[in-house]
This record gives sequence, C-alpha cells and structure tokens, in this order.
Amino acid sequence: MSIITVEQLPPGSSGIVSEIQGETAIRRRLMEMGILPGSKLTLVKWAPLGDPAECQIRGYKLSLRRAEAALITVDTKKGE
Amino acid sequence: MKDIRILLAGNPNVGKTTLFNSLCGVHQHTGNYPGVTVEIKEGKRQINDHSLFVSDLPGTYSLSAFTPDEQVARDALLTSNPDAVVQIVDATNIERNLFLTTQLMEIGLPMVIALNMSDLADEQKITIDAECLEKNLKIPVVRIVARNGEGIEKLVDTIIRVTEKKTPVDYKKIEYPHSVTTHIAEIGNYLSSHVSLLGKLSPHYAAIRLMEGDEHLEKMLHDQGLVIPFIDKCDPAERDGIAEDILLARYRTSEEVTTCAVKCSMGAVMPADLIDQVLTHRLFGIPIFLSCMWFAFQITFSASNPFLVGIEYLFGIFTEMMNGVEMDPFIRSFLADGVIGGVGSVLVFVPSIFVMFILLSILEDTGYLARAAFVMDRFMHSVGLHGKSFIPFLIGFGCNVPAIMATRTLQSKADRIITIITIPFMSCAARLPVYVLFAGVFFGAAAGNVIFFLYVLGIAVAIISAMIFRRFVFRDEPSPFIMELPPYRKPSGLAAAVHMWYKGKEYLKRAGIVIFGGVLVVWALATFPVGVEYGSVDSLAGILGQVFQPLFAPLGFNWQLVVGLIFGFVAKEVVVGSLGTLYGGEEMLESSLAADPTLSPVIALAYMVFVLLYFPCVAAFGVIRQELGNWKWTCIAVGWGILVAYIVAFITLHVGSLFIGA
Repeated sequence: MSIITVEQLPPGSSGIVSEIQGETAIRRRLMEMGILPGSKLTLVKWAPLGDPAECQIRGYKLSLRRAEAALITVDTKKGE
Repeated sequence: MKDIRILLAGNPNVGKTTLFNSLCGVHQHTGNYPGVTVEIKEGKRQINDHSLFVSDLPGTYSLSAFTPDEQVARDALLTSNPDAVVQIVDATNIERNLFLTTQLMEIGLPMVIALNMSDLADEQKITIDAECLEKNLKIPVVRIVARNGEGIEKLVDTIIRVTEKKTPVDYKKIEYPHSVTTHIAEIGNYLSSHVSLLGKLSPHYAAIRLMEGDEHLEKMLHDQGLVIPFIDKCDPAERDGIAEDILLARYRTSEEVTTCAVKCSMGAVMPADLIDQVLTHRLFGIPIFLSCMWFAFQITFSASNPFLVGIEYLFGIFTEMMNGVEMDPFIRSFLADGVIGGVGSVLVFVPSIFVMFILLSILEDTGYLARAAFVMDRFMHSVGLHGKSFIPFLIGFGCNVPAIMATRTLQSKADRIITIITIPFMSCAARLPVYVLFAGVFFGAAAGNVIFFLYVLGIAVAIISAMIFRRFVFRDEPSPFIMELPPYRKPSGLAAAVHMWYKGKEYLKRAGIVIFGGVLVVWALATFPVGVEYGSVDSLAGILGQVFQPLFAPLGFNWQLVVGLIFGFVAKEVVVGSLGTLYGGEEMLESSLAADPTLSPVIALAYMVFVLLYFPCVAAFGVIRQELGNWKWTCIAVGWGILVAYIVAFITLHVGSLFIGA
C-alpha cells in the first residue's frame, strides 16, 4: 500500500501528503502549520509512551497526537 | 514630538520577545511571561523626537485565531489601528513564517519585516537575499540579530520611515483562483456601501476575511441585518473548499517568495538531532525528564532557602525594633501580626517564584519544555489533561502559588482552567506540619504511611477532578495536540533574568494585594472584639468556629478544629499555631489533643484529608483569581475544592470507622 495515514507511516519514513480529513477547525489548523497536499512529511518517531508523534514538515518539527496523525493521508511511493 | 504605535507580530519561538526586550529595554509596562503571553505587553523607546510605543502580541501562526492567544493577537491587529506592524521572521523557517506575512499584508497597514538571523541560521549556513525578499513582497525587510541587538537602529529608522509615508501601501498581491477573486470583488463591492460597519477593515479585506470564514465578522454583519452576497447562499462544504483555496494560495505565495530568496538549502540536516534522540529516547526519555524535573524542583525550593532565611532575619530585626518602642498593645498587634505578618506572607513566596520562573524560562528557551510535554502527553491526555500540565503539577508539591503561575504555558483555555482547578490538590510543603502533628499524635508508628496516603489521595483527587471537568464541563472544547517542537537553542542568562524580574514584579503587584488583604482580615478576626486574647475562643475567629461547628459535625470536627480551618485559609502553617493557642499553648498541644475526648484517630484522619483538599491558602487564591481572570471560575475552583474536601472527609470518617474503630 502506498496510500496510508501518517499514523501508519513507519518511523523514519516519509510520504507526500495527499489528503487531510477531520473537522474544519483541526483540518484548517494542520494546513496552516504547513501540512498541505503535496508537502513532504516525515514521521521522525513516536514519543516514549507511544503518543504523540514527532513529524518533520517544511524544515521544522511538529508534534501530533495519533488522532491527528490518522487524519493525514500520505503517498509513500512519491516520498521516496 | 510624535507618538508612533507599533504592533510586534510573529510566529511563536522566533525571538519576538527577545526583539521586544532589545527595543524597549526596561521600559515595559507589564510582565513578560515565558511561553504564552496572555495579555499584550507594552513598551516604549525614545528616538530623537519620536516616542515608539511597542505592543508585543502573543505568538501566532495565523490570523484565523485557533487558540485564545491568537485571538488576542488577531483582535489587536484588526481593531487597534496601529501606525505600523512589525513582523519578526525567523530565517531558519522562512516559509511558514511568510504564511503569516501573506495574511498580515492584506490588512493594509504600514509594515516592516524584521528578518531574525538567529545563531541557528548561521549554523545551518542559511543565506537569505533580503533585497530579493523585499522586492518580491514590496515590504521593507531589515536584517536583525534579536539576541545581540544587531540591526535594531536600522529597524527603528525603517519603522519611522514607513509610518511617515503618505501613499497607501501596495504590497505583493496574492494570486487567488479566478472564481475566488470574482467573489471577493462582488462582496467587497457590496460592503463598500456599508463601510461604517466594518470598523478599521477595508471592504476588500473584509471580503477576504468572510471568504476565509471569519465567523465573528459574519455574525456582526448579520446582526446589522445585512445579507452578504455569495456567502449567504453558499453551503458549508463549498465555503470550506473556498477557505482552503485561499489558504493554499497563501502558501503558494510564500513558497514562491522563499524559493527566490533563500539561497542555501534549508532543513537538510538539523544539527540538534542528536540531542533530541537522547532527550526523547524511547527508554531514556522519561527517566531523563523525571530527573530534570527533580533537579528543577530541588533547586526551586532549596535555592530560595537562603533568601527565606534572610527575609526571616529582617523580620526579626523589625519585630525587635518594635519591641523597643512604647506603644499601644492593639497597635503593636496590628503592626506585628497584621502588617508585618501580611508583608511576610507575600515575601515568603517571592524567592521560589523568582527561581521557578528563571528555570521555566531557561527550559522554554532551550526548547526542552516542548519536549517535556511531548514525553508526558500520553499519560496526561489519558486523564483529560495536556502534556504541558505535568510541570505545574510537580511544582505544586512545593508550593501551589508558582505552580498556578506556571500554567501560563498552556494554550487551550480548557486545559488551563482544569489544570488550575486541580493543582491545589497537590499537597504543598505547608500542609506537612498539620499532617506531622495529627498523624504523630493519633497514628504513632504508622504516621509515615498516613502521610504517604495523603499525598497519593491528593493526586487521585486531582486526576478524578480533571476527568470530571473534561468529561462534563469541557466535553465539546477541542484540545488537539498540534505543537511545534522548536529547535534546541542555547539559553540566554540575561534574557532569563529579565523575564524573572518582570514576573516577580507582576506577582508582587497583583497577588500581593490579595494576600496582604487576606492576612489583615484574619488578623482582625483573631483580634476583635478589642481586649480578647489573640485567636482565643472569645475572638471573632473563636465565635465563628463555634457558629460553624454544627456544619462540620458530620465530619466529627470540634470547634477548635474549625477555628484551625478558618486560619488555614491564610496559610496551612497557621493551622498548627492557632490550634496551639486554642489548646493552651503549643508545648502542650500534642498531649492536649491526645487527651481530648472529642477527637479520635478517624476524626484526625478526616481532618487531615479536609486540610489537604479544602482550600490551598489565600496566596494561592490570589494567583488563581489573577490567572483565571474572572470571579466565576475562581468561585468554581474554590467551591469545587471545598465540596470535594467535605465529601472525601465524610467518606474517610465513615469508611475509616469500619477499620480503625471509633
């Protein structure tokens, strides 16, 4: 599968964002933080207790909980 | 002489506060907080015949105002009509910073960009063609180094220059899709015949804001009976799509400008990655975090000790001086127990607050505070709190006052209120003497276990309260965790010291008044009617104790214990002292308590539980009021504490009776 959510992304790997779901306010916020269709997103790692995740997007680090990570779909084929 | 009012805007963690300090030095009105700025700080700089009034807005990623902080920033930008807006842009993360620029420039105010070349930008060898940036955006760009004040003079000159320009601003236009442009024009046209309703906004900009989904503006126009073309016919899904088209167009503009201006590839290798791998390591992350917190906790309460000794010494001298002067016993009591006692209650917290804030500000500046929240969030979230709530809780075991102030790092209002309400359940150091007395008298060898039980009970009550408030009061308040992990930076000792100074001042000014007043009230209760022994059965406090005793009869408390609770409002240390007075001297207190037939181990346990939970102290109350900002939530916080204390003490008494025996 090359189309997966960020939550399913193996730590250390990247994908190109294809879709952002969720309710308007949260989706809008994720987009404002630079998570847009076409952006490259890397899942750096998960926190020691398994949540939240550390992601890299547009040259900076962003932390998202599992719930938010599940809203973002990425294409891993293009991310390689 | 000319006054120029400017707003300082920018993303969080870009050096905005550092620039503000360089601009205004010590000429600041309100305190500077680490993390979230709840209010707008204002400062002043004098340049020749101009007075520059600078307002430092809370850090914001966008003008759509997602957090309470961002709303403060947005409202100031849209309604306060400043002479100019200065945006500080971080050179290491220019693309996301410019996204805010694309929003700011449409407001149509004179604008200057302060391009902050942080040490990190140098390390990453980022070179930015400021001229290209300026030419592209048509906004003056000034290179600065906020940390050492480089470029500040030029920035000030540029600010003055743009405010003196008579021609209207003409910045780069964002290229929206054709359909969006048409609708903006249509709405703008319509609004130009209702300009008076728009306040400071231009019809064109108001149209863009409506298209972006500014509900506040839309409601305001609807309230005036306006039917907005296009917007009112549009279904929500379509409007969402348009808002996103606008957002994408803004990002495209910022990408385009970035590509042209940034000469060196950025974000390729993060130099601090190695540090991060250790600090948030799967196995070591939590132990490292806990040791960091343990050290911070130790330093906060041991580094402040010498100062406390100093303060006590000074007060000893005052009292001695007073003893040498002939005066009316009533006035003496007022000065000694009221005034000096009151000032003492305020000052006693100052050292630990100063130390706590300096550490917090260093942790914040280095970028570790965000990692601490990152590491702890899973656990805190499961009980309805936020990763960032953990640190205030921990500080609470030392003293609730700095703990409540430390909640300023929380962004969501719900998270912050829940944290403030639950912090008082952390058993602070001042409650320990009460436990030591009662557990020692009634539980003998088991005293240690009883005290440990009380600490655990406090944590359990805090967790349950947090879950209740999250579930029933703030159920619909979204509190997502979308948090930037700022790059690790070297902390600046000077900046931390400046922060600390303003925080301490702020505390003295605001909470100090409430604390001092509270101490005076209790002094009056213990003193009046004139002539009675201080805090005795005949004093107002004693009378109150007897009046309220029936209320506490279900908990088994006698009137002396109730008087103790009344004095406990001032500070928990006072409980023991006042019981000493009521039981005929502190030396005999232990034997008198043991001999009192109205008391028993179970009642003592219920009393300790009540003291743990009911009300932190007047100082904590002062900061709760200050931090929550309104009486409604302050009353809920206090009421909740008393209610929970009563219920839990009642359960303790009855369940305890089954085990310990009456």
